[in-house]
Amino acid sequence: MTLLSIRDLDIALPVGADRLYAAKHINFDLAAGEILCIVGESGSGKSMSANAIMGLLPQGVKPVNGSITFDGKEILGLSEREMLPLRGGRISMIFQEPLSALNPLMRVGAQIAEVFEAHGALNGAERRERALKLLDEVGIPDPDAAIRAYPFQLSGGQRQRVMIAMALALEPDILIADEPTTALDVTTQAQILKLIEDLRKSRGMAVIFITHDFGVVADIADRVIVMQKGEIVESGSADDVLLKPQHPYTRALIDAIPRLTRGGDVEEVKHTPILTVEGLQKTFSTGSGTLFGKRRVVKAVQDVSFELYAGETIGIVGESGSGKSTVGRCIVRLLDPDGGRVLMDGADIAHMSGAELRDQRRKLQMIFQDPFSSLNPRARVSRILTEGLIAFGTPKADAQTKARELLELVGLDASAMMRFPHEFSGGQRQRIGIARALALDPSIIIADEAVSALDVSIQAQVLDLLAELKERLHLSMLFITHDLRVAARICDRIIVMQKGRIVEAGPVGKVLHDPDTDYTRSLLDAIPGQDYERALAEAE
Amino acid sequence: MKDFWKRFRYNRGAVIGLFILAFVIATAILAPVLFPQSPWKMVQRPFLPPFTQDGLMLGTDALGRDVMAGLAHGAYVSLLVGLVSTIVALAIGVPVGALAGYFAGRTDDALMRFTEFFQTIPSFALAIVLLAIFQPSLTFVIIAISIVSWPPVARLVRGEVLSLRTREFVEAATLSGLGNTQIILRHILPNALPPIIVLASLMVAQAILLESSLSFLGLGDPNIMSWGYMIGAARTVIRTAWWLSFLPGMAILLTVLALNLIGEGLNDALNPRLTRKSE
Repeated sequence: MTLLSIRDLDIALPVGADRLYAAKHINFDLAAGEILCIVGESGSGKSMSANAIMGLLPQGVKPVNGSITFDGKEILGLSEREMLPLRGGRISMIFQEPLSALNPLMRVGAQIAEVFEAHGALNGAERRERALKLLDEVGIPDPDAAIRAYPFQLSGGQRQRVMIAMALALEPDILIADEPTTALDVTTQAQILKLIEDLRKSRGMAVIFITHDFGVVADIADRVIVMQKGEIVESGSADDVLLKPQHPYTRALIDAIPRLTRGGDVEEVKHTPILTVEGLQKTFSTGSGTLFGKRRVVKAVQDVSFELYAGETIGIVGESGSGKSTVGRCIVRLLDPDGGRVLMDGADIAHMSGAELRDQRRKLQMIFQDPFSSLNPRARVSRILTEGLIAFGTPKADAQTKARELLELVGLDASAMMRFPHEFSGGQRQRIGIARALALDPSIIIADEAVSALDVSIQAQVLDLLAELKERLHLSMLFITHDLRVAARICDRIIVMQKGRIVEAGPVGKVLHDPDTDYTRSLLDAIPGQDYERALAEAE
Repeated sequence: MKDFWKRFRYNRGAVIGLFILAFVIATAILAPVLFPQSPWKMVQRPFLPPFTQDGLMLGTDALGRDVMAGLAHGAYVSLLVGLVSTIVALAIGVPVGALAGYFAGRTDDALMRFTEFFQTIPSFALAIVLLAIFQPSLTFVIIAISIVSWPPVARLVRGEVLSLRTREFVEAATLSGLGNTQIILRHILPNALPPIIVLASLMVAQAILLESSLSFLGLGDPNIMSWGYMIGAARTVIRTAWWLSFLPGMAILLTVLALNLIGEGLNDALNPRLTRKSE
């Protein structure tokens, strides 16, 4: 039975946008109890299509054509007032970032009760009781405590569970989930996916699941829609689309997925350590510990030691809060370590300061995660790339020539020099970030989640670029990531961190296929789409 | 820049403000040409009401001085005081805030306690005390106003810098070997500029009000005709010649209103994301 059906939906963007339509010719049906995945890269119009169902399009974006029928009634073009009972009541939605979707000043229980209140359902005591039941249903441990908690007191996964509890409060027919697991760790992601799957079964609810991750799609989808530049390029059952993709774009997307399956046949690299980290410690503390509140101490990095050999790439993986980024930052001295040594060419960077540190740090450069905040929005690319060189005394003309060479090296045109960062796409910006890191001819590159903010296809390109540059320029690399699949693609050795400590270290093949610790095993098990990957490998 | 103007123009109040301010500036510049005689010179009998005699459109004051000439010359004084004292206040507040925000820790503590020292004293009372110590000349009026108005600038800049210094592009600049001065001047401050500009436009208005209040109390420069002085002098005759207080009062009101409208327009234009619905 068809619950929701969209026919010929066109959503127009405001005049002056990079294309005329956010989404065009959208056609699909959703049956009760079905999970439909909409896949596409950022800007493909997947979120816009879902928002149109809820009547939640941003300013200036309007549906201009087509129809959306829900339960036999046309809902496109309903007034705000007429939409209210539908929103939250019959169709509800969960979002990517549960922290910003929850009100930070309201207790969890009150936020759930508010949903009933908005729809005039139940009385005070009943609302509280239902809230408790919902929290229990979405698997929050100790609902009695959670109901009185503020959002900041919960972990990311628990917040997303609360969001789901709110979305489920009025027993909707359709749940729209817009990248609900993108901001979560793999293990938490696996739990949330399982929860959505279970709820679908127990309630017979239809789910529209928007994601860019084919692994997730393979794990939960019944049917899949692939979108590109606002149009549906392929749709069909999950098996058909994933294993027998027809459209070249779908095929490209599937090829771009980083895979775990990689042989352990990495040849032993020459053992000349270029960077030695010994007993690195870093502790963060908040609060003064005096009259005004308890002192909270977080041991972010505890006794971390490893050696990075020349020409090698080490992946540091772990969940958020495992201290992996702190290690990277301590090594380049963006943070000052509390203890331990970082030896480069026999010199201890951890205890240097002033000019000495500045000179040593030349050889140690970093690529950052967010291509949108890592480039100064008010500086032209030429300045971004030449600044470091000029600071180290290179004449301006030489620096300019070098910058042009760097742009070419990372696959950008030299005309990019005079442009500002906002004129580039995310992938291009990350290339500029890489060029900047290479400007000072470093011997070690630290990449902190360098591809996490990028779409899969762009991710693959940037990873290839990094691998190629590493060969060509004889770089050694520390690759910090939460994504084991990405680490598998580029690293020679992998270090697994948990709660500030190294729990496992070894060659890629060993860590990924025959891990020694349960923790690594649980990380590996949580990676979405593994059955699918195996199926793909067999098909090839 | 084109976008900026487009967004600014969208705020109708801001455009009106700009027109009023342009008119005030023109008056200030043209005052010596239009009214070459000193505004202190007696030209007619006292208390001549407005629109009763040709050549003295707004009448005369208690000593027979031309009110229109006084307003025109006062415009120059008001704008000068507003502009210069704001520049001086920025010159104190921006470095203090930037240093406090960038170096954090003890530097921040020291500079912020120093700032709070000024903030805890009511600014108008402090200005009065300062002028009571100095001689009341235009220079000292400007200095006094600057001294009482820099703390909010320091606070604002500190907050902006605190949030900008943890941004990745600043970290990247550190790794590129740039010195602190370069990072502050080239990476942080340019990105902190929009709120500073908005605050500055409102500070000019604030300074004009302060100057008028001080002159009203007789603490201004006695040799310079200003709007505040005109109201202060007409205070005693408000029941018989109300227009003598009303006209300079209107001049102050319009100028300050214009600057506030412009400030709001700048805010909309420089922070497009905070702009209210754009339909």
